[in-house]
This record gives sequence, structure tokens and C-alpha cells, in this order.
Amino acid sequence: MSTLLTLALILVAVAAGGWVLRFAGQKASGNAPTFRDMPFAVAFGYVFGASLLIFSIWYFFQPTQTDAGVPNAGVVFFRWAVQFFIVSAIAAFLFRALGRTVGTKGSRKLFRQMPLTASFGVLVVILYAFTAVFAAWLAPHGQEEIFTKVNVLPGGNAATGGDPLHPLGTDQIGRDLLSRLIYGAQNTVGIAFVTTCLAFFLGGSLGFLAATLQGWLDQILSRAVDVLMAIPSLIFALLLMTIASAWAGSERWLLTVYMIIIIAVIDSTRVFRLARAVGLNIVVMDYIEAAKLRGEGLGYLIFKEILPNATAPLLAEFGLRFCFVFLTIASLSFLGVGIQPPLADWGTMVRDSAQFINFAAFSPLTAALPLLAAGAIALLTVGVNFVVDWMLHRSSGLKE
Amino acid sequence: MSALVEIRDLWIEGRSDETWSPIINGASLTLNKGEVLGLIGESGAGKSTLGLAAMGFTRDGVRISKGSVMFDGIDLITASAAKKRDLLGKRIAYVAQSAAASFNPAHKLIDQHTEGPVQHGVMSRSESVQDGIELYRRLRLPNPEEIGFRYPHQVSGGQLQRAMTAMAMSCRPDLIIFDEPTTALDVTTQIEVLASIRDIVEQFDTAAIYITHDLAVVAQMADRIKVLLKGDEVEEADTRTMLAQPKEEYTKSLWAVRAFERPQKPAVHTGATPVVSVQNVSAAYGKIQVLHDVSFDIHEGRTVAVVGESGSGKSTTARCITGLLPPTSGLIEFDGQPLPANYKSRNKDQLRQAQMIYQMADTALNPRTTIGNIIGRPVQFYMGLTGKQRRRRVEELLEEIELPAAQYYDRLPSELSGGQKQRIGIARALAAEPKFIICDEVTSALDQLVAEGILKLLARLQDDLKLSYMFITHDLATVKAIADEVVVMKEGKVVEQGPKHDMFVPPHHPYTDLLLSSVPEMDPDWLTNLLNERGVDNIGDAAVDKMS
Repeated sequence: MSTLLTLALILVAVAAGGWVLRFAGQKASGNAPTFRDMPFAVAFGYVFGASLLIFSIWYFFQPTQTDAGVPNAGVVFFRWAVQFFIVSAIAAFLFRALGRTVGTKGSRKLFRQMPLTASFGVLVVILYAFTAVFAAWLAPHGQEEIFTKVNVLPGGNAATGGDPLHPLGTDQIGRDLLSRLIYGAQNTVGIAFVTTCLAFFLGGSLGFLAATLQGWLDQILSRAVDVLMAIPSLIFALLLMTIASAWAGSERWLLTVYMIIIIAVIDSTRVFRLARAVGLNIVVMDYIEAAKLRGEGLGYLIFKEILPNATAPLLAEFGLRFCFVFLTIASLSFLGVGIQPPLADWGTMVRDSAQFINFAAFSPLTAALPLLAAGAIALLTVGVNFVVDWMLHRSSGLKE
Repeated sequence: MSALVEIRDLWIEGRSDETWSPIINGASLTLNKGEVLGLIGESGAGKSTLGLAAMGFTRDGVRISKGSVMFDGIDLITASAAKKRDLLGKRIAYVAQSAAASFNPAHKLIDQHTEGPVQHGVMSRSESVQDGIELYRRLRLPNPEEIGFRYPHQVSGGQLQRAMTAMAMSCRPDLIIFDEPTTALDVTTQIEVLASIRDIVEQFDTAAIYITHDLAVVAQMADRIKVLLKGDEVEEADTRTMLAQPKEEYTKSLWAVRAFERPQKPAVHTGATPVVSVQNVSAAYGKIQVLHDVSFDIHEGRTVAVVGESGSGKSTTARCITGLLPPTSGLIEFDGQPLPANYKSRNKDQLRQAQMIYQMADTALNPRTTIGNIIGRPVQFYMGLTGKQRRRRVEELLEEIELPAAQYYDRLPSELSGGQKQRIGIARALAAEPKFIICDEVTSALDQLVAEGILKLLARLQDDLKLSYMFITHDLATVKAIADEVVVMKEGKVVEQGPKHDMFVPPHHPYTDLLLSSVPEMDPDWLTNLLNERGVDNIGDAAVDKMS
């Protein structure tokens, strides 16, 4: 009850502050248009934002340990988040500045128009791609290598229970976490990329075909897609994976191939819908009619006339779809039917170390173990989405 | 007499590619109470921007950098948002070009009509409904008691435009801005809207700014005319003075556009095989019959203009000829040989011989393909030319349509102006080396000077290459300029056809007569005379309805 009361009091105080801000602004600036035409909601927003900022700064400088020697976990995690945010922002800014000075004329122009979020996204995507490709060189140890020390804490500081040999510590059976994270990029991201490409090849070509030919082919394909989409995708994937694991038998690698195909088919239904919708908008254009009347074949119509005009929305969808596929794989791995051990995979890593999150209040460093893999997933998702948002904004054809 | 609107040395800028570029350069304007000012100019002249600025409003990405806008002693540039909210709708109203896009499709007309007066506290809702019905009556809308209770999609375009004028009038404003209110309408509908707008503005002694690119229209509506060119004021004068003695070269050239007319060609000698012969063609979309027994011939080197309102079946006839819509009965012959009904069963040569130029050059050219490839594709597809030969042929074609090849070969359509895009459309049709070209409203989306250039180009190409044109249009000035023969269509039937010089002299079929008499002329008394002559019930849709 008292919490509710406090919240209400804060709200009233902020509202009053907003009114005061607007009134003072009008008096001080001699009724300038900025303050004169300011709605109350905007003034409220300014004061609310400012209060939030002040609270954050105050909270950031709270001690990390209480007087009794117990770590103040909230402050610790908040500091990590803020520090990470600042470092990311600086990295994105530097990356954009670099892009503006080196490169071809076209790429320099691209970087000049880029917002900071997009440059952060591009940086993340490049880093992940680099890590995935050169995982074998970057990783200090193998992904299956087991050390005698287990549950080493991250930080590499012996005083807090770390080991300089394992900068991010080890998991509970003694495998180096940094190496597994790096290999995880290769496995999870690589498989997600292949799956998304397959989904786009399937969904895109069938969608354009349906849009161009229409008639009964369109009806059959669309209804088939409706049926597939009616089943909740994760449950459907789980069901099919169970069947596939029976087929695969002892051949573990075959299960991964089945997984790629299953997720690609399920996700291609979404791509089909988009490609068909975009295609339908394009086929009514006069230039398509002109090409048809010229006597052009189906291949020319789809690849030379429709596809170039559909790339922007499809590329944006590719980014989003990649995130979904990636999360589906991580979820399947978390549930135990995805990428099979001992291959390193972020979803599996989160599952294996999930119980350590319970230590958050007493030992923030221990809780970092599942957070590292989860953070790797989150970071890529956020980065890709930033890039996608920017591309959608640029293509302006398909906003929101 | 004090001025109602006074704009002094107004500079307006628009934002594009991170920089501000000028749209209006120091325009001044005075409008007295009850006066109508016509603003004319080509697209991009800044006439809409200036019209909106008279309301103290700028579109997104546009700003007023200098100058003042006074409305009845109130400075609209420095006025507070609250003050402007009070003025707009109540004392200043706006009528947009596309009524269909401006009405909310989810609400009835009368509900949208009453919003303004109730919001401004001028009338109660029931008073406003009564007033709306009275305004509908004055604007001569059919069934004024009931029409307000329909949704926007249930009334025709011309009626919607008048309903919007009624909405603008709902608070009895001192000033209305009309932004091309009749541009999207057919001639027969336009005349009705013009007559009712003019009447109601006179009745309530409202001042108005009438924005249009059509000189003949502005001559009927305005007391004074102001000509704009690329944000600069060219000249301003009384309507009669302006029409009789334009001072500036640019104004004179605008006036002269309508004078272009090709000499009549000698009659085709009987017995000659027509290039295209449409014989008793009927067609339907699903179960709805849209063409009834249409027949006409197009001879070599001749232009047949197909005239009619929207929905009269002009474009459907073209779709039948190209084979996109196989006719339900009837035959289309090319050079005496019957053409397969469906384009899919025609051979490459049959497809090549009949080409098409579209109304909207924006949608007719693939935005992701360079000019060189757009024109090069038919060259390669039909003539089998590749590499250097293909490039040379494309360059020849570009020269033919009067665009420098070196400069345009690698450009994308978005880097071209409207008139240039239309020229590319022509070059693409020519690349197939056809005998016959269908021109579907090719000039209706263009400014008058640009359209004239296109018409002259088409006329020259016809003489050089012995081309036959089927020219679909609703603009009779275009018909006068380019046609040899005219086919008048109404509701999917041919009402009248014959050589051009016969069509423009009476006696006519009553529909042709109505169509011809509805085309505004430059004479400022034209509309008044016509109304006196025919009466208000014998113009526009009302007259069309009587006929059928």
C-alpha cells in the first residue's frame, strides 16, 4: 500500500513540476512559441525524464556493498548495464566516424546518413560474423576441452575466485566459457543463417510465383500456408523434432540437418506471405503489364522486374526473420532437442547454467554465468533489429 | 476597403537532402473581402505552398523563413497554436484536390460536416445538420435531405467535392482556399462543381484563393489572376486584362499552348485495309458487361482519338486490343489478319506490332532499371541486338525522342522529370518498331507546356515512321490538337464516330454536344453564358442522367 502511495506522490510531484516548468518558461522567455504552445503532456514528459535521469545518476554512485559486507546486487548490475551502454555508444560513434573517413564514396555517404543505433547494429553484426568465421583462431581453448577446475568465476581475478587462464571462467563441468561463447557464435549464428536463407529461398520463390500466376496455384499455396501457420510454431517444431530424432537414431549430426529443414519450412510460411503481398502490389504496375505484353517469360518477370523492386522489404524481413530463427534454435536447444552437445550453443549454455541466476543477490559474479550466453543472444537480436529498423526507414516502403 | 489577407515579401523553404532550398521567393499577395484570386502555375510553381501559407500553415519539412502573413489584422506567423486553432475551420477553410482521400471513409458525410461548427461552438449539432442540408441544397446536390447520411464511398466524385465545399462553408468562413478542386473530375462533372462553387462563394460573399493549373477554369472563377513560375511571381492582373493582354513572355506561352493543332489529313481512300480493325467487340469483367458491340478502324499513319468520361470503356477497349482482356464476342484484325483474343496465344511478331504508352509514366517504368535497359530490353528481345549494336540502337532512340543519349543512358527513372519519363515510355514503344501504338491518356498527368511537347513529338514520329495511333483521352483540347478521327464512347458503347472536322461542327449526338459544351473556354463569361443557355439542370451529371 505504501509503495502505491509513494508512486502516486511522485507522479503528483512530477505533474506539478511540469506545470511549474511551463509557467516559468513562459515568464522567463517572454512567451516564446516553444513554451507558449507546449502542451502539458510535453512539459510533464520533460520533468519526468529529468527526474529519471537524476535518480539514475544517484543510484549509479551508491556503494556496491552494504555496511554488513553483503553485495548490493541491484547497484552492481545497474553499473554493469550503464557501463556497457556507454562503451557501446562510444564504440558505435567511433565506428561511424571511421566509416565516414575511409572507404568508397558510396559507403562514406551511407555512414554519413546513418543514425548511431544503426552503426551500433552494423558493428555488432560485423563482430559476430567475424567471430563466427574465425572462431577456431580466436578461441583460446577447444569447445569440448574439459579442465580440472570447475565453476571458475569470470573476471580472472584470483581474489574473487577467478583464474587468469579462463577470463570468463568455466562452466560446471570445467569447460572454458569464453571459448564456448566464441564457438557458439559459429554454431548458433551459422545454423540460423543457413536456415534463414533456406526459408527465404522457399518462401520467396513460392510467394512471387503465387503473386505472378495467381489463380488456383495461389489458392493452393496460400491455403497450405494458412494451415501451417495455424499451428503454434514452437510446439509444431518440437513435435516434428521429436519425430525427426526417432528418424535420426544415433546419427546426431542428421538431427541438426532435420532441424534446419523443419525451422526453414515453418518460417518460410511467413516469408511466403510477405513475398506474395509485396509481389501482388508490384504485378499491378504498368511496367509488368508492358513486359507481359512484350511476351516475356515467367523467369524474366520474377527475377528482372519483380525481385529488384521487392528487395528492400525482403531484406528488412530477412533481418527480423533471422532473429526469430535464431531465437527458435536457442529455444529448441534450451529444451534439449536443438543443437546437440558437446557442440557449444548459446541456448544450451543458458539452460545448463540457468540455476546460477539464483545466486544473483549474494554473488553477482556467479549469476553472470547464464547471463553471458543470454546476453550474447540479446545483443545480436538488438543489433540486427537496429539495422533492420534503419533499412525499413530508408526503403520507406514498409514502415513499422 | 481593408484587405482580408495581406502577404508581404514571403519566403518559404523546403528541406531536401539535409539542406533548405527555396520554394517561394518573396511573394506578396492582397485579397479583399469577397474577392476570388486565382493562383496558376505548373507543378512545382509553389502555388499550393503559397495557398497554405495564407492559412498560416506549412507542410512538414517546409518553413517560412521571412515575411508576414496578416489575416484580418492577425499575424498568422507569430500567432499562438491556440489562436490558429480558433481561426482555422471557423474563419479560414480549405478544400483539397482529392475529396475521396480527404474524407474519412469510416464516418457519414454529415457527421464530418458537423464536426467543425460544434467544435468551434458556432452551432449545436442539430442546427448544424439542418444547415448542412441547406448547404447541400444550395450546392445542388441530389436528395439534399438524405445524401449527408451516406458514407463517402456511396456518392460520386463530383458530389463528394461539393460535399467538401459545403463542409468548408459550415462555419461561414471569411476565406476559403480551393486547391485544384476539379482537377480529378471529368469535364461534365467539373462544370457542375464549378457552377455550384461559384454560386455559393457569391451568395455568402466569401473571399477565396483558387489554385489550379487550368487557365480556362480560373478564368471562370477568379476576379484577379496571379501567375507563378518556380516560386517567383510572374505577373498579376484583373482576369479580363490578364486574358486579353498578358504582359510577360511566360504567360503568353501558357496562353498559346491551346493553339497547337495539326492540319487535317486527306481522307483515307476507300478499300484500303486498316491497320487495326475492331469489329463488334463486346467484353465483360466477370458478369458485368462493360463493352457493347464496339467497332472502329484505324488506318496507316492516322490517329483515332477515343473520347469519353471515366468508366465509358475507353481503356477496356485498349485492353481488348492488346489481348489482356479477351472479348466475349467480336474480332480484332491486324492488317486484315485476325488476332488471337488472348495475348498469350499471340506470336512475338504480333506482340511487337502493337505497343502501348501509359498514362502514369511513374508506374510504367521499372524504378530499379536504368533507362538504357528499359529501352534496350525490347531492342534485344525483338531485334536480337546485343552488346554494342544494342547500345547504338538505344542511343538512336534516345536521340529520336530528343534526349541526349550520353547523359541519360545510365540514369534511373526517378532521376527524370515527368515529361522526360513519358518520352522514355515512347522510346520503349518505338524500340519494338511497331506499326500501331495505343496512347492511354499520355498527356493528362503532365503540365500543359510539357504535354504540348509530347504531342508535337508524337505527331512528328507519326509523320516520320508512318505510325498509327489509338489516342485515349478525356481532354478535347488534346483531341483537337492531334486526332484525325474521333470515336465518342459512353457506357461501353460508341455514340458517334467520324473525321475530326465533322465532330467539332453540329449537328451532334446529344452526348457529344454535352461533352463539347462542357469544356471550359478562356472566355470569362463562358460559364455564365452556358448556364443561361442550358439552365442549371441541363449540365453535368444531371444532363447525363437524363440521357440514359
